[in-house]
Amino acid sequence: MSFAQWLFALANLGLVLLVLLLIGAFMIYGERRILALLQDRLGPNRAGPFGLLQPVADILKLVSKEFFVPPFADRTVYTIAPIIVPLTALLSFAVVPVSDNWWLADLNIALLYVLALSSLRVYGTMLSGWSSNSKYSLLGCLRTTAQMISYELPMGLALVGVVMLSGSFSLVEIVAAQELPFIVLQPLGFIIFLVCGIAETNRLPFDLPEAENELVAGYNTEYGGIQFAFFYLGEYLGVLLIAALATVLFLGGWHGPWLPGVVWFALKTLALIFLFFWLRTSLPRLRYDQLMDFGWKLMLPAALINLLMTAVLGLFWMEG
Amino acid sequence: MSDIDSPFALTAQLQTRFSAVPGELPRDKINTLLIPVERLTETLAFLKHEAEPRFEMLFDLSAIDETERSGGLTVFYHLLSLSGNVDLRLRVNLSAEAPVLPSVCTIWSSANWYERELYDMFGIHVEGHPDLRRILMPEYWEGHPLRKTHPNRATDMPPYQLPEARYRSIMESYRAEDYREPGVSDEEMILNIGPTHPGTHGLLRLVVRLAGEEIRDVRPDIGFHHRGAEKMAERHTYHSYIPYTDRIDYLAGVQNELPYVLAVEQLAGITVPERAQVIRVMLCELCRVASHLVWVSSYAHDTGALAPPFYAFRDREYLFDVMELITGGRMHPAFFRIGGVALDLPEGWYEALQSFLKRMPAAIDEYQALLTNNPVLRSRTRDIGVLSTADAIDWGVSGPNLRACGLAWDLRKRRPYSGYEHYDFEIPTATAGDALARTEVRLEEIRQSLRIVEQAMQNMPPGPILSVEARYALPRKEATLQDIETLIHHFIAVNRGMRFPAGESLFVTEAPKGMNGYFVVSDGSEKPYRLRIRTPSFPHIQALALLARGHLLGDLIPILGSIDYVLADVDR
Repeated sequence: MSFAQWLFALANLGLVLLVLLLIGAFMIYGERRILALLQDRLGPNRAGPFGLLQPVADILKLVSKEFFVPPFADRTVYTIAPIIVPLTALLSFAVVPVSDNWWLADLNIALLYVLALSSLRVYGTMLSGWSSNSKYSLLGCLRTTAQMISYELPMGLALVGVVMLSGSFSLVEIVAAQELPFIVLQPLGFIIFLVCGIAETNRLPFDLPEAENELVAGYNTEYGGIQFAFFYLGEYLGVLLIAALATVLFLGGWHGPWLPGVVWFALKTLALIFLFFWLRTSLPRLRYDQLMDFGWKLMLPAALINLLMTAVLGLFWMEG
Repeated sequence: MSDIDSPFALTAQLQTRFSAVPGELPRDKINTLLIPVERLTETLAFLKHEAEPRFEMLFDLSAIDETERSGGLTVFYHLLSLSGNVDLRLRVNLSAEAPVLPSVCTIWSSANWYERELYDMFGIHVEGHPDLRRILMPEYWEGHPLRKTHPNRATDMPPYQLPEARYRSIMESYRAEDYREPGVSDEEMILNIGPTHPGTHGLLRLVVRLAGEEIRDVRPDIGFHHRGAEKMAERHTYHSYIPYTDRIDYLAGVQNELPYVLAVEQLAGITVPERAQVIRVMLCELCRVASHLVWVSSYAHDTGALAPPFYAFRDREYLFDVMELITGGRMHPAFFRIGGVALDLPEGWYEALQSFLKRMPAAIDEYQALLTNNPVLRSRTRDIGVLSTADAIDWGVSGPNLRACGLAWDLRKRRPYSGYEHYDFEIPTATAGDALARTEVRLEEIRQSLRIVEQAMQNMPPGPILSVEARYALPRKEATLQDIETLIHHFIAVNRGMRFPAGESLFVTEAPKGMNGYFVVSDGSEKPYRLRIRTPSFPHIQALALLARGHLLGDLIPILGSIDYVLADVDR
């Protein structure tokens, strides 16, 4: 690669990083305003027009706080752990195709890459809980580990159906194969993926790792300032990633009439993000054992059945 | 205050079998007997298990320091027979120096904390108590606050000193070595929840013994909200104490004033005008709704639901607007007076209240949709914190928590006061006794309370709002500006206070959280000699370990929330 190509690639990366961080910050603002709307109140509306500068104020506040490591914590791990969470989410975006000619990388194993990164994400929450050396963090981190492992399996299995239909692991090819969005062919797979996605991102009703009412803040109880901001950002980037992936894998990505592909992609993703917010305000939290039961006794068999049916139907379809 | 005038047969039986000495019938018409301390345990066991009717509940247990009267200490046991709907009061005389009392924890489980309170407040050594420590005051407190010798104000005491070494040793006593306590095995962990924690709704410390996420035991540590409300009563005139009662269960406003003023009125034999009674009932039921609305929001928040808290607080805000219009106060109106209420209803109260009543049914439907009809919450709260009726009575549980076990025990029906017998309403009950049942009962209670409010406002009688018995009622302020005699009376009544007849008077009402009892002991002066406040939350929090044992940590906060307590109501 020539120098110019390197420069272009780096500029591209920088741009995407900037845009993603901005979206992450404004999702926090968006969630606060939407939750407020649904809960009969106003939400942040003081900083700037319509409170649009609120995320900037939040970030400034968090950045200006003291970098504090509790004396009983494992210093190195405690410092590294928060970085893992947003990092894995950001890396995953590299393979997400935004429109028919716009993506950072088109890997032939893109789907496996995304799943692998999502597994790595567990380390962030787990190590942070472990290194904090506090009981609340420990309980939160144990819950996280168990939860993420339980929901990774059905999520992966739900995606195999998509792979079978498109015959590829590449996200670009998966979208290209969706003249008819896969949600029509894989409704069960879509639901399983979405539910597992909510569980993976620790959002209500699956936010047990940080259940504030019993665990104060779960794995990030001891964190503050910029390190806390990393977790916060990671959570919202995770939501964005799951919504973007669901769009790409099941809702036909950039496909859509009249409007340009990017707009369709954005609209579908935003609709899913809104669903995340809506669920958060409507539902109470599940209990730990119910969460496990739900994952292992309902989600996993359902994903297996979905896989089996896709395989059988696909076999007949292709034969016939 | 009982259905049966006096269980004479029982009195005679206690006299012959346990050498009890019957006292004269006090103002509250509760049979009172003096029991020799050495026969106490067997008498109480007899009353619980064999007597006719059985006295299933230890309603209250506390003491009076008689130093300024006859000398010594009087311990009193208020027993309640739910089956016979009758009360009994047993008194035990102890000497003031080194008093010793046998423990009755084996007879009533609820006695545990009451006896610890006796030890803490009066320095009575309770023999055979499993865990005799201070309960409301800190471990390092010196003296026993409810003794008459204990100073009433901080200014009566020498300046408080906390030397560095003492401070260190106190702090050191909180440290658990290696996260473990003696007797805790390797698989178990002690988790300290509180005193400040998002799930405890106030200053409450729970020491939880966990095996994994399973709760083996919970030890509530209370007293962080103790303000000495009972001690304060001893230096306030009867009238000037009213605002303090508001702040006992600070979410229920006038619901605390009611048992207090009723107890004092009973003591002095004051009849309250009809209009005042209806206004009282109306405001009380509004406060019940306000209290339950806070419970809806905090309980929903405990389970992780984010929207219901805002909806319930919004509706409570509308309610407070009405309260403010009528009383001038919002949470703590201090509106009741001995003999009536402070002010007549203002112009426009009817329309304001009506518009509030109009919006509520839809709001309650919304809460029900979000809480009791929500499959996640249903599956989450079903079969957790199960309480059987027998356990509930044994632990002194009352109010919606008792009714959720299936017993329709509501004093508004069983012992109507303030004219509750004239209202048409139902007592919601459930049978499961779990957190979900308690949720359903409380939501339905809001509807029933609104029915009572509706009836009260439709049938508001005309007439005076304050008793005309000049001896015990405050003169009207407007009249003081017209003639000198009233001005003098008002001046003296307010500044020096009015003397109330000597005697004892207990009044129990059905507060939002359960049975709320005020026991006024008067020596004939302007101030209560002793005021005992029996709050429902105190025994409820005591029963927490019973409810939570064996459940998961994630259940603890919903169980705690489903009890509906206020820390100020626990600690007073």
